[in-house]
Amino acid sequence: MTDHFIEDKTNKVEVGLSGLDGKVNFNDLKSGGFIKQRQKDLFAVRLRCPGGKLSTKKLVEISKIADKYSKKGVVHFSFRQSLEILYVDYKEFKNIVAELEKIGQKVASCGPRVRVPTACGGCEYNPNGLTDTQKMAEMVDHKFFGTPTPHKFKTSFSGCPIDCARTKEMDLGFQGVVEPEWSEPECTGCTICEQACKEDAIVSDEETGKPIFDAKMCLYCGDCIRACPTGAWKAKRYGHIVRIGGKHGRHPVEAAPVCEFLPDEKVPEAIQKTIEWYNANARRGERITTALKRVGLGSYLAFMGDTYKMEKPFTDMGTLKLKAE
Amino acid sequence: MSEIKADATLDLRGVMCPINFVKTKLKLEAMEAGQVLELTLDSGEPIQNVPKSIKDEGHTIVEVKKEDGYFRLKIQKS
Repeated sequence: MTDHFIEDKTNKVEVGLSGLDGKVNFNDLKSGGFIKQRQKDLFAVRLRCPGGKLSTKKLVEISKIADKYSKKGVVHFSFRQSLEILYVDYKEFKNIVAELEKIGQKVASCGPRVRVPTACGGCEYNPNGLTDTQKMAEMVDHKFFGTPTPHKFKTSFSGCPIDCARTKEMDLGFQGVVEPEWSEPECTGCTICEQACKEDAIVSDEETGKPIFDAKMCLYCGDCIRACPTGAWKAKRYGHIVRIGGKHGRHPVEAAPVCEFLPDEKVPEAIQKTIEWYNANARRGERITTALKRVGLGSYLAFMGDTYKMEKPFTDMGTLKLKAE
Repeated sequence: MSEIKADATLDLRGVMCPINFVKTKLKLEAMEAGQVLELTLDSGEPIQNVPKSIKDEGHTIVEVKKEDGYFRLKIQKS
């Protein structure tokens, strides 16, 4: 008898597991979110938790299942915010998946495809949050999870320039920004905005106390807007800085910013087209950063066309490791 | 700028974040809506953070005066 979850369908790397007629293809297992452990026959089962968020009810149910199937009774929070149930015997895969399915919990995946997006708390409850990162992560997970790509494809959403979700290390990262706009009539010249700005983008006029704003220094965090007692600083527009070609690992690469104020509604299009470019231009097993270096960031930007078209010209805000030719 | 009369004062010079905000919050809680609290805050981190938090709580900053190395704020309780 061969379990359909671990049935050998290919001639790729095969590793025999005792107690089974067939053989297990570990690459196939990884695509299903089962990660081989050091211990014989035991695997980590990675759950799919976009943005690292779970309802307490679901967490209680997951905890019961984990308690039942983990030989050591432990879980681990993965570096991409998903829960991993450790020490699960491969012979139980079918059962654990079925039980998780019953509570509406899906198993994640590894390998060359779009991974579960990560996200910070975002504007829903974090005071610094400028974008609804949780909602975006849910959307990306729903629309793109599992889409095949030449190598892994990681996305993340940070709600502000503090960038807790490390968009600079993602294949494609989205970081929330707000463009501040100053309106003179409401300004009392109190100079709090100058104090609130951590980037020295605001200097108060010595006579009037009113702000002199240097857009080149601004990180678009919105601290001036939040600190202003009279509402003289307002939000002109919200959006995402889009960064491409970042990765961590043995040879980290800092992502290149390619768009400054991408509105929420254009995020799906940006991801869709980026995946298309990636699939069309990268070699098998090549991260997008390598493909961008080989083919050129210019090719990518040309392909993206109007998607990244902005009202004002792009200002360089980070270390541009991938300059457009 | 006309002087707004303060009903209470709180000198938070030398008090670190977020203790300064917690003290402000407790003081405001003991006050009536509409009353004004005069707050003295250090430059640097306290003045970067506390006004934002006061606004987040729904109170109004009605006056700000910059002194040498510190700020005097008047806050009207919501």
